[in-house]
Amino acid sequence: MARARKASPKKAPRRAKPAPKRTAASAPRLPKLAVWKFASCDGCQLSLLDCEDELLAVAGKIQIANFMEATRAVVDGPYDLSLVEGSITTPHDAERIQEVRRTSKFLVTIGACATAGGIQALRNFADVEEFTRAVYATPAYISTLKTSTPIAAHVRVDYELRGCPINKAQLVEVLSAFLHRRRPNVPDQSVCVECKLRGNVCVAVAHGTPCLGPVTHAGCGAICPSFDRGCYGCYGPKERANPAGLRPWLGRHGLDAGAVRRVFGTFNVGSDAFKQEHEAHG
Amino acid sequence: MSKHASPTLPAPVLWTRGDMDRFFETLRKEGYQPVGPTLRDGAIVYDTLSSTRDLPVGWGDEQEPGAYRLRKRGDEALFGYVVGPQSWKQYLFPPRRKLWSADRAAGGLEFKPSAEAPPKYAFIGVRGCELHALQVQDKAFLEGPYADPYYRAVREGSLVVAVNCGTSAATCFCASMGTGPKVERGFDLALTELLDGGQRFVVEAGSARGAKFVDELSPQAAAPEDLAEAARVVERTAATLRRKVEPGGLRELLARNLEHPRWDEVASRCQTCANCTLVCPTCFCSTVEDVSDLTGEHAERWRRWDSCFTFDHSYLHGGAVRASAMSRYRQWLTHKFGTWHDQFGVSGCVGCGRCISWCPVGIDVTEELAAIRANDLGKDGEHAHP
Ligand code: SF4
Ligand code: SF4
Ligand code: SF4
Repeated sequence: MARARKASPKKAPRRAKPAPKRTAASAPRLPKLAVWKFASCDGCQLSLLDCEDELLAVAGKIQIANFMEATRAVVDGPYDLSLVEGSITTPHDAERIQEVRRTSKFLVTIGACATAGGIQALRNFADVEEFTRAVYATPAYISTLKTSTPIAAHVRVDYELRGCPINKAQLVEVLSAFLHRRRPNVPDQSVCVECKLRGNVCVAVAHGTPCLGPVTHAGCGAICPSFDRGCYGCYGPKERANPAGLRPWLGRHGLDAGAVRRVFGTFNVGSDAFKQEHEAHG
Repeated sequence: MSKHASPTLPAPVLWTRGDMDRFFETLRKEGYQPVGPTLRDGAIVYDTLSSTRDLPVGWGDEQEPGAYRLRKRGDEALFGYVVGPQSWKQYLFPPRRKLWSADRAAGGLEFKPSAEAPPKYAFIGVRGCELHALQVQDKAFLEGPYADPYYRAVREGSLVVAVNCGTSAATCFCASMGTGPKVERGFDLALTELLDGGQRFVVEAGSARGAKFVDELSPQAAAPEDLAEAARVVERTAATLRRKVEPGGLRELLARNLEHPRWDEVASRCQTCANCTLVCPTCFCSTVEDVSDLTGEHAERWRRWDSCFTFDHSYLHGGAVRASAMSRYRQWLTHKFGTWHDQFGVSGCVGCGRCISWCPVGIDVTEELAAIRANDLGKDGEHAHP
């Protein structure tokens, strides 16, 4: 089995304690997994908790070193694999993510918040101070950034796993791939491909239901169309998404300009293709 | 109906709806699993059929670019619709199929090829365009040094029950591709449903395997009037076909128009969503995915449908060969109607119209071809850019 190799000296974490030395006789060091939370709802971490059956199978093979949702026990870094949930919304977070990067050999972001800025990226289009005044009794205590940005805007990210929330099967796939040094099977094609692989009847063509499937990144397994609903774009834009080309058809299926603005202004509004379409209507 | 294929085959016979039911029972007795059109989720899809009641009795369909709707016909027709979002390729070339698995064993890896034996299918209601699609896919999967054993097993084991189209959709253009609406060859049995003067079926055997069912079920020859009416049914359908592709010199036309401005125009609408290729009955592209479990003790290789519209499909080290929507759409159209001829000696399009109906933005291959022909850049295409 491919074990996690030690980080190359060039990438070795500077501020972390060195990993225990391996002697010829000792058992191989267990790969250490850490989970970090930034601005988010915890839903993606819960997908990981939901993997308990799969994780039990590897209980002896990986060490869960830092996962607050599951256990308060914390093992110091460096970590072989860090899963990062949430977006950067405060000056403190912007510093903390640098530290996470330094102590992580591989850093994988999970979910729409970490990969696109999340629903909270709607602040990028508004006046944050006005929000703060409206929501908090003592706005002076609030130290926040004007924007919500994905992790990749701050540090190098080795892999992005999309979704709001992420798909548990895809998470297990990414963990397996990283543990065994292979490429994750997480294609960046449209949700339509997943519909067709499942044998779904297209809800847009056959029912006239507005559906974001053609512009949306696969990964959910086409859940909504499988239950006779249009896709809401939870996984963000597919590669080279073309929402402008879909626009007349969303209109034909009953969405007016305001509705189009709203459907593109959700969890992935911070990603370029959806942001452009959101702003084009408004 | 035309003369039957060989003098050893029985003359066409006439079946009632009751005979059709008995035919289904006989199929099961002979070990066939009947699969064919049935209603699901607002469309006519292909699935396992237990009797004629599972067929879309009395239903028809209306199709146009980007739209498909079921309609009640007001009769009890068993085959009063055309092709839907699925095709027979899902049985011959399943969307996902495990190729092998491997387990860690003492001293190495133990490989197990996937060896499922496919069922013996009876494909019920195969249209003219679809018969041609089967023959087009045969060239990809059965010819050359790397035949697909699973495809071969399904193809050789299955019974093909064709239907002459009694209706067409606005998206059909079989006549201009020379594939329909009449079924000509490549079937075991061919049915024509007659509705005027009472529901009945003219049944023609196209092979010894099909002839067996004709002999067993009904020794009753079809009357000349029934044969004449069957011929009129297909003629009437042919007369309803509205879409067409100008067939002459398509290969050359496309080859000299690789820099046509229309490619950019269509790319501005195209979603690169891959629906067209996945519904197309002749598209055969796949990719393989290797998966391993968390323990690393077990691995599998799966083949699944892929498409020239995905970025990964043309990904080599350093990037995708066809990164832009323009290059992907151009690949699809030039392959279907042009380079398919170089590769397989036939057109890759059989005119079924699925890619037109099921494109979520209603892109129409016949319209794209016509637009290129209308503004042919000429023999030295690349230099004659307007
Ligand atoms: S394209 Fe022709 S053969 Fe195919 S369904 Fe339509 S009418 Fe029938
Ligand atoms: S290219 Fe379109 S019309 Fe031609 S066979 Fe494929 S799906 Fe049918
Ligand atoms: S032609 Fe239509 S179905 Fe095909 S990839 Fe483009 S948008 Fe999708």
